[in-house]
Amino acid sequence: MINISIKKDNGFVDYEVELADATLLEVLTHIKTKIDNSLAFSSGCRSSVCGSCSMRVNEREVLACSYKVQDGDRVEALKNVTVIRDLVVDMDKSYSFNAKAKAWLNATSPIPELDHEDEKINEVQSDCILCGSCYSACPVYAVNGEFLGPFALTRVWKYVSDKREEGEETKINDVQVNGVWDCTLCNECTLVCPQNISSKADIEKLRMKSAQYGFMDPSFASFSGGFGSFDGSPSF
Amino acid sequence: MNFKSDVLVIGAGGAGLTAALNAKANGASISVITKEYPTRSQTCMAQGGINAALGNAGEDSVEAHIENTLKSAHGEADEEAVRFMCSEALNAVAWLDSIGVCFSRTQDSKIAQRTLGGASAARACYAQDYTGLKILHTIYDRCMAEDIEILNERYLLELLKDDKDKVCGATILNIRNGEIETHYAKSVVLASGGYSRIYDKNSTNSTASTGDGIAVALRAGAKLIDMEFVQFHPTALKNSSILISESARGEGGYLLNSKGERFTNELAPRDVVSRAINEEILRGEDIFLDIRHLGEQFIDEGLPQERKLAKLYENVDPVHELIPIKPVAHYTMGGIEVDHKSQTNISGLFACGECANHRVHGANRLGGNSLLEIVVFGKEAGVNAALFAEKREDLEEVESGFSFLDELQDFKNEIDFYAKREFIGDLLYKNVGIVRKKEELLIAKDEITSLLSNLTLMGVKDTAKAYNTNLVEFIEFRNMLEISLVVIQSALKREVSCGAHYIV
Repeated sequence: MINISIKKDNGFVDYEVELADATLLEVLTHIKTKIDNSLAFSSGCRSSVCGSCSMRVNEREVLACSYKVQDGDRVEALKNVTVIRDLVVDMDKSYSFNAKAKAWLNATSPIPELDHEDEKINEVQSDCILCGSCYSACPVYAVNGEFLGPFALTRVWKYVSDKREEGEETKINDVQVNGVWDCTLCNECTLVCPQNISSKADIEKLRMKSAQYGFMDPSFASFSGGFGSFDGSPSF
Repeated sequence: MNFKSDVLVIGAGGAGLTAALNAKANGASISVITKEYPTRSQTCMAQGGINAALGNAGEDSVEAHIENTLKSAHGEADEEAVRFMCSEALNAVAWLDSIGVCFSRTQDSKIAQRTLGGASAARACYAQDYTGLKILHTIYDRCMAEDIEILNERYLLELLKDDKDKVCGATILNIRNGEIETHYAKSVVLASGGYSRIYDKNSTNSTASTGDGIAVALRAGAKLIDMEFVQFHPTALKNSSILISESARGEGGYLLNSKGERFTNELAPRDVVSRAINEEILRGEDIFLDIRHLGEQFIDEGLPQERKLAKLYENVDPVHELIPIKPVAHYTMGGIEVDHKSQTNISGLFACGECANHRVHGANRLGGNSLLEIVVFGKEAGVNAALFAEKREDLEEVESGFSFLDELQDFKNEIDFYAKREFIGDLLYKNVGIVRKKEELLIAKDEITSLLSNLTLMGVKDTAKAYNTNLVEFIEFRNMLEISLVVIQSALKREVSCGAHYIV
């Protein structure tokens, strides 16, 4: 017997489930079909490639289909997104950052040939399943709702680092505002990614590219001339 | 709320998004609706690859691809359509390369290719073991670049037709707010996926593969063909039906029974292997996939997802232990009949992807041909739907009539449809599965018929308007019942075994 608390629209609801050694998705499906028909959650492939069943357990982002339920688990919807109902969130705004960041290929013509090493450059970045776990874990959204965010920036790096991309500079231009410099490099995105992608590392690479094109950290730039005291202590 | 576009695409997997891109490129205004989100569709689950006779890994030819496809189809394919698909495969892969798909590459800078079952050459281009995922996401990114409008979490209810029997749009449930929307369009492309979930948990597919578009098209008067052809994949995990890729056998994995004996040629076509396993299971054997001898390094490089999933769902580590497996429904060859322009028998209604039947798979699909089909015929459907819309002058905005949702208000809710869904899934697996018998088909037919007439005794317990998945799942259940009936009727009509349809 397992006890599990699920945050529904009116607060946490406790369920008792007789399923041993089950994934969270199996437990949710059991509750939905046998105990509470009104429970709302999203699911799809059951094998961690569709990104539908991302949610939080004990305040940590997981895919329900790859998380084994423990007695006493508390399950909630993702953060930084609007909850539509129970565990279902509206991903439209978060996905719109892919378009805002122009995360697509502007291909060179003719297409250059890629070798095995070229393939490896962005193999991990192209494993992204858009589950939104990184987006939910990102603390930047508490202060900037327009931050392009971890998955969209990883996607931009995927294309920037691709040999087939011809508009590298344009791509870098497009991620300066609400983009690479807004990240705090806290690494939360990396820790929750089910695909072992590090958006933080990708953002750092985008920063290096940005520097090559003459961009710099705007918060750093604003300090220029601002080091007033002789002892070198910062003026902020 | 009313929407209007030249072309309405229903379904946002690889087929739907490719159709949308091509319709837009041909000057049409586009709306795409999906009951989930584009990147969550069944396409993302395809692992093996996409076939194209590039000859990057040894000699190959379009002719050989055609020959292999026709052979696997057991005489049930349309040679002209197969010829077109296999020839276009080269362009399809070139296009995917040009939009940024991260294909695996060889040392000499070519797209890497591997051999799948039934192929005479290494023909499947792949992207590590995430081919479908990477193709789908890249096409999605392309849709963003082309500013294609995609409306998420919209569920197709019915197609609308004018008094000349031309399609003129669809009614759609906005799952988020529970409102019914009417979407008018000069042409409609169905790209809504297959129906493997009629077998419920006995399927590798996403829970979304409920054949909605096929059922809706049927109600609108579209013709369905070859519905009895369902491909059962030999190796799914026993408890969860999660797919273990064919490459596990391709690379030398064995199938063993409880006594530890091999009992079949592991590299035979899927239908043959599935039947061999089924026979053993009926004899009381448990069946296992043994890949221990492939070694940890190989498994981690070639089958990392499989190792993870076997540990998670079966508590076995394939490096050291046998994997319990069974064959389950994997792909549905049958679907909506279309002509050489991807148009159905309903004027203005086009179809592509698994919901359509372009007669390229016949009685048994070849591995690597499904991703190919969605790109090649997705394009055809999109182009032809745009041309149709361009020529069409009239677009009558007919009102949607009394709907199933209205009827639903009076349903009694005495029978739990979730229990029936599970029951039917198991019944179809047993009676309309790998091996079929007339008597068993008839029993299944009676069950389905009786459930269809008892729908009014079922219904929806959740009365909320917003995001009512209880409601959506009930409508899906009704669609699956209607499709199941056609599958059984078609199976009864085909009295001689052919490919995936095996009758004794």
